Amino acid sequence: MSVLKVSNLTKEFGKFRALDGVNLEVKKGEVFGFIGPNGAGKSTTIRILLGILKATEGQAQIFGRDVWTDAVEIHKKIAYVPGDVNLWPNLTGGEVIDLFVKLRGGNNKQRREELIQRFDLDPSKKCRTYSKGNRQKVALVAAFTSDADLYILDEPTSGLDPLMEHVFQECVMEAKQAGKSVLLSSHILSEVEKLCDRVGIIRQGKIIETGSLSELRHLTRTNLLVETKNPITGLQELHGVHEVEKKEQALSFQVDTEELDAVIKHISQFNIVKLESAPPTLEDLFMRHYEGKEQAESGAGGRS
Amino acid sequence: MSNTMIKRTSRLSGLILRRDRIRIPIWLIGICFFTFVVPLSFLELYGSQQDRDVMAETMENPAMIAMVGPADLTNYTIGVMTAHQMLLLTAVVVGLMSILLVSRHTRGDEEDGRIEMIRSLPVGRLSNLHATLMVYTFVNILLALIVGFGLYALNIESMDLEGSLLYGATLGATGIVFAGVTALFAQLSESSRGTIGLSIAVLLIAYLIRGIGDVSNEALSWVSPLGWVTKTEAYGANDWWPILLMLGVSICLFFLAYYLNAIRDLGAGFLPSKPGKKHASAFLQSPIGLSLRLQRTGTIAWAIGMFVIGASYGSVLGDLDSFFEGNEMMMQMLASEEGYSFTEQFLPMLMIVMAILAAIPPVMAMNKLYGEEKKNRIEHLLGRAVSRTKLMGSLLIIAVVNGFVMISLAAIGLWVAGVSVMEEPFEFGTVYGMAVAYYPAILVMISVAVLLIGVLPKLTSFTWLYLFYSFVVLYLGGIFQLDEWVGDLSPFGHVPQLPIEDMAWVPIGSLTIVAVMITVIGFVGYNKRDMEG
Repeated sequence: MSVLKVSNLTKEFGKFRALDGVNLEVKKGEVFGFIGPNGAGKSTTIRILLGILKATEGQAQIFGRDVWTDAVEIHKKIAYVPGDVNLWPNLTGGEVIDLFVKLRGGNNKQRREELIQRFDLDPSKKCRTYSKGNRQKVALVAAFTSDADLYILDEPTSGLDPLMEHVFQECVMEAKQAGKSVLLSSHILSEVEKLCDRVGIIRQGKIIETGSLSELRHLTRTNLLVETKNPITGLQELHGVHEVEKKEQALSFQVDTEELDAVIKHISQFNIVKLESAPPTLEDLFMRHYEGKEQAESGAGGRS
Repeated sequence: MSNTMIKRTSRLSGLILRRDRIRIPIWLIGICFFTFVVPLSFLELYGSQQDRDVMAETMENPAMIAMVGPADLTNYTIGVMTAHQMLLLTAVVVGLMSILLVSRHTRGDEEDGRIEMIRSLPVGRLSNLHATLMVYTFVNILLALIVGFGLYALNIESMDLEGSLLYGATLGATGIVFAGVTALFAQLSESSRGTIGLSIAVLLIAYLIRGIGDVSNEALSWVSPLGWVTKTEAYGANDWWPILLMLGVSICLFFLAYYLNAIRDLGAGFLPSKPGKKHASAFLQSPIGLSLRLQRTGTIAWAIGMFVIGASYGSVLGDLDSFFEGNEMMMQMLASEEGYSFTEQFLPMLMIVMAILAAIPPVMAMNKLYGEEKKNRIEHLLGRAVSRTKLMGSLLIIAVVNGFVMISLAAIGLWVAGVSVMEEPFEFGTVYGMAVAYYPAILVMISVAVLLIGVLPKLTSFTWLYLFYSFVVLYLGGIFQLDEWVGDLSPFGHVPQLPIEDMAWVPIGSLTIVAVMITVIGFVGYNKRDMEG
């Protein structure tokens, strides 16, 4: 069952096409990673999902309702954390949390106190005095205090320290275990890898890759480091071998996942002494999509 | 104070002058310009002693004395008149200048962490405070000299050199006192907002105590530094020793600030900063509550301001008839209507001014909606279960109530003060009815703000232009003899000018209908457009 479904979503700001036929689906109970560099269209997509921007074309539905016309009904069941949290300088963090929770409806005092403690936030301070990280904590506490079915998190950890990032990850996992769905936009790939069941990669307003991490890994290369008694020959001629580098006694190279079998058969002839293999990371995948292309067609830049 | 404590003060003074190289001249030019223009225009408007004696009579009531202080009204020369009507208010402005500039270089820099960088260099612990106070003492002395010699150079008969120098010195000394007050609060408070707030509070309290003292008990005025300002009696008795008193107090304040700065930690203050509320009150937890809370201080200030404006207009009503008889320009502004006193003819013009002023706070309240949008804070509300209609409606309700309260307070102020000075005071109903007749025009201004926010948010500031246009054509229309349609373009031009015109319900009704229609279009637009930010 899909909680969020976006098809052929297009958004134009004047002549500039920020989104160009985006398709997305978040299923119930899954954490969906929405990754891409700054200016790729992540925030624009999310702001359309929140009914703050109106789509030029295409459909976006949450819980089967239209995000523009049924915004208020939908918002009763979602929690949103923006990447850049601007708060009212003369209200305290505690006041803002209460206001946010109340505006959605429902109030869980115990959960609120627990989260304030876990995120190590002082709610008696005015928002004026908060750093970026602390403002983000306010938004995160407000989001996780509420009993939402879908969490929309737009680069929520960009100002948090590693300790708080860990707390955040725990909160996301707890939400997932409770059967909630999460749309996590991020460019911190290690975080996405840790948390997400499926990811979608967006680039210049288009989704260029979607799927579960293991599916996507098929598209990537495995890193191998091999040490053999006899020098390996003929490696370069094989299909799917890249970036061969000599490191003292050993050779390091990358192999396309589908060619792995053939390559291992080939190198086993040279008496293997040591074999190290590193799984393909999301970063490799990400970089492969952006390398080279980045210089030619740089992104539009900036949050819209 | 050992030498190491103030090492490199001159370098830091240079830095302060460099950073304020635009600010200082702007303040000085502004203050001097008004100081020089006023006696010249007095010379123009009240050339003869007879005119000035009429003016002196208008001044002789408690409300005016509370506002500008006492003076020798029997010898009301241009010089005495300038010192009476301008010196105290200018001194308040000079005080404000010192507060804003000194707090910026002391607690302001400290709060932003710049002092920390300065202090990591080989400079003394007190160098920054010392440099700031030296620079602003110098600026105030410069102001005193420019004003002193400048006034003398105007070459007005009653403004001799001693009086002019004393006038300048009074302004300069007030500035130095408030530089000291601010330096002290910069040590006591932990934030620059606190420093500015407490210093301005001292300034206002000094003004109030002096006002109360001047009206009721002269000894009380001696408590307030601003009371000393009027005690100098520039161009009259020319009393110099209040200046010495001010300088003495300044030196005490400076040394107290130095002492406190020397014994405290960087970033710390002596007044404990009180922790804020951990929970929101029930009142805050809705869009309407949030907006009211955010506008609280501003709204209260405007409400007091409207009452004071009404009261100060009301306080001159008693002497208006005798005042107008000697003033040609005013006679020209008021198209003469048979059968009505000058006061009755002047009242509609006051009402237009008050109604236009009363439209400012509700339009500000409404425009807050777009301001919040641009600061990216509206998504916190719309991203939750708040519809756009509810959000805009909340602000509209606030603006509509705000406008009604503002115009009512101005009318009440006018009536209260009028009753105390007039021989045959107006009925409350008359004054209040006149003011409330303008309420539909205020509603139209609010609806224009709603329309622009909803449909053309980039042009939100056009509402201010429209309000300013209304002020210019209706207030000055009488002098320039403008065509009627020019005034009709403003909603305020359609309101019947009670009491000299009869009450007409048709324009009132149509203004209200227009306001409702424009508002509806604004709401439709707001529900359709993208949020910015």
